[in-house]
Amino acid sequence: MLNISLGRRVMIWLVVAAGLLLAMPNLFYDRVERSNDAEALLEQGIGGPEVEAEAALWPSFLPDGLVNLGLDLRGGAHLLAEVQVEDVYESRMTSFWPEVRDALAAERETVGFVTREDSAPDVLRVRISNAEAMPRALEIVRDLARPVVTLTGAGASDIVVAAEGPELVIQLSEAEREATDDRTVQQALEIIRRRIDEVGTREPAIQRQGADRILIQVPGVGSAQELKDIIGTTAQLTFRPVIQPFADADTVAGSDEELLPFPSQGEGAFALVERAPVVTGEELVDAQPGFDQNNRPAVTFRFNPSGARKFGDYTAANVGAPFAIVLDDEVISAPRINEAIRGGSGIITGDFTVEESTELAVLLRAGALPAELTFLEERTIGPELGQDSIDAGTIACIVAFAAVMVFMVLSYGIFGVFADIALMINVALLFGLLSLIGGTLTLPGIAGIVLTIGMAVDANVLVFERIREELKTAKGPARAISLGYEKALSAIVDANITTFMTAVILFAMGSGPVRGFAITLGIGILTSVFTALFVTRVMIATWFDARRPKTIEV
Amino acid sequence: MRLKLVPQTTNWDFFSRPKLWLGISALLIVVALLSFGTRGLNYGIDFAGGTTIRTESAQPVDVGAYRAAIAPLDLGDVTITEVFDPTFGPDRNVAMVAIQVQDGQESVSGETIVAVQEALRGVAPDITFPSVESVGPTVSGELIVTAIIAVMLAIGAVLIYIWLRFEWQFAVGAVVALVHDVVLTLGIFSEFGIRFDLAIIAALLTIVGYSLNDTVVVFDRVRENLRRYKSRPLRDVLNLSINETLSRTFMTSFTTLLALIALFVLGGDVIRGFVFAMIWGVIVGTYSSIFVASATLLVLGVKRDWSKPEDDAGGPSGTQFSTGGS
Repeated sequence: MLNISLGRRVMIWLVVAAGLLLAMPNLFYDRVERSNDAEALLEQGIGGPEVEAEAALWPSFLPDGLVNLGLDLRGGAHLLAEVQVEDVYESRMTSFWPEVRDALAAERETVGFVTREDSAPDVLRVRISNAEAMPRALEIVRDLARPVVTLTGAGASDIVVAAEGPELVIQLSEAEREATDDRTVQQALEIIRRRIDEVGTREPAIQRQGADRILIQVPGVGSAQELKDIIGTTAQLTFRPVIQPFADADTVAGSDEELLPFPSQGEGAFALVERAPVVTGEELVDAQPGFDQNNRPAVTFRFNPSGARKFGDYTAANVGAPFAIVLDDEVISAPRINEAIRGGSGIITGDFTVEESTELAVLLRAGALPAELTFLEERTIGPELGQDSIDAGTIACIVAFAAVMVFMVLSYGIFGVFADIALMINVALLFGLLSLIGGTLTLPGIAGIVLTIGMAVDANVLVFERIREELKTAKGPARAISLGYEKALSAIVDANITTFMTAVILFAMGSGPVRGFAITLGIGILTSVFTALFVTRVMIATWFDARRPKTIEV
Repeated sequence: MRLKLVPQTTNWDFFSRPKLWLGISALLIVVALLSFGTRGLNYGIDFAGGTTIRTESAQPVDVGAYRAAIAPLDLGDVTITEVFDPTFGPDRNVAMVAIQVQDGQESVSGETIVAVQEALRGVAPDITFPSVESVGPTVSGELIVTAIIAVMLAIGAVLIYIWLRFEWQFAVGAVVALVHDVVLTLGIFSEFGIRFDLAIIAALLTIVGYSLNDTVVVFDRVRENLRRYKSRPLRDVLNLSINETLSRTFMTSFTTLLALIALFVLGGDVIRGFVFAMIWGVIVGTYSSIFVASATLLVLGVKRDWSKPEDDAGGPSGTQFSTGGS
């Protein structure tokens, strides 16, 4: 009755062996982690005897996957940022204005004078002096529209134009807004990733969440504030023509002009600059901290070819005039153009400290955030608290383990021993699978493991109790064992599928630590069903074949 | 000699005092709902928004002094609680400082946190801040909605699965038991004012899963026995099935409780609330799968292969306690 074919036995033990092998690196967590880090360095071409020695800490023929530790165990910072996607609508409208102006001005005889009116930031209001020509003006502006570049919004145009009296009201269409939002968030995500990579911490997790949110988790950072300092600045660099280098707060700015603070010239200093930039930071290819000729900290930069050409043309045409280097709506410096600057490299000087110039160079290299971020959630967990949690969790696991094991032996004798071995294999398999899929272990995840320890015996208990019942009807031990497994199967499957469903829902709906719990719970269910249905069964069958007992006591 | 939690063979009548058990359940549910209605839950920042700062110092926590130091910052409602844990030595004194959402601030202000930390350093110079967590009002609102959806989805999924695998009466019985467990858990959290945060939702769903596990095992046996004893009244079949699975029910609940109690005592204060919810859930879930799920099944009756009219299967006392259950 207990015949399990040799092939199946081999398969079952192979799976167990694979699980144990995959779980093993976690026993040497620190050593394997250092080795993995060193191997990553070697892959990047950074070598040296020390790195080689570190890499050799763990033999390369062994699996080296580890269970990731969640922030609540490792310590670090967690931020949930919302990208202010509306920011981009404004800049789109601002850059669209010259185009509209030029197109309308080309038919000045029909539409008359064209002026930009004040409006909400995401709307462009244009007044034409000849209101009767509105139909023609609408036509002209609508001709400027471009199709939206998405798969879903095919056929839609990027702007919506309406007439209100003598004014044209231009704004982005719904489809274009969606497309823009998506691009903006993608771009922000990319830039955040580059900035964090520049600082070089281990395994940062940067994920998009929902339409306009980004989740950032960086282990090993001292505080969420530090992380915000790294990623929070927009670092929008522009080079703009200067209209009036020394202005004050009362200076009136025209519609194409902007009054920006100029802090290096003292408190309350302003400069009047043009709204539309000559070149932007997006055309930078490199930025490095350095020093100017007076040995003050500065940032040197280089443009890409198109930026270099624009910059060269502009400086050639405006020798003697000042131009402004503007960073995030603040004028950093406004040097005079002494000669045409060809070749596309330059230097930004200002009131920098060495740290500031280094940070600015990092920000410029990584690129500007397309929109501002607001932070909806931030969490900092100190590494000591994480370590405390690991220690407490480990002790709790061991005690739970021991208690359950003793109890099982007391209740089921030799069968309890089988269940205990299966339990150990179960936890090892759980860790093995977690390492394999790169799952994250969190504090609630540890609770999930402890719960699994408690519940894992359930499938075995179901079988053992059933065997006991079948023994009562005296069909002989082999038959009873076989029937026990057969009849307990549907209860085991139903009970575990329902629990597994709740784990899946938790995984889908939850985030962070809760998700970690769902993962351990879900994997725990899989491994415990496997160990109960196959591993203990093979053990019992092997034992039974060897002993051939006339009676058994479960 | 084997250790046995319950005798090898039991023949207890679980439905001899149905009114008593369903009455107790109904009463507990009313108490839980009243408590929930009047006191509400003690929401953590995940759901209420705000900031919590965990402090640790070698000096004893002086809640009054902490409060006085923070008061000049004018942050509105600030709660300071000392945290006790058997694993802390005398030189580890931990407190939680909870600050409510600041009016008109969507995003979390780093300056506020720094100001509070500075103020506390004035009281205890060696103070450290092992964790600082802030959640804005937008996110906390969404988290509540997500949590409610998650629990509803779980219950809905269960309803459908059991309906497919068994009969609709079983599904209703299981769901009534689940709702019973969830409500009682919410009740105990509101009654004792235990902090209710995101992890507790995970615990709630685990309770749903666990309670279900138990219920399904009993139901599975009921289904089997219904096929085997085609002419016995439903009441007897239910009793028999519960008795037959009783040993397993106790074994599993006991081993799970053993593991959870280890975690409750030794696992540290951070997850104690979470573990408490699960311990409570295991106890309530075990109770409910016998006294609520099965009793509901008895009330609803089960259509059996051989029976034509439904009332044949309802059992003699089936209609007497049809008001209880949830």
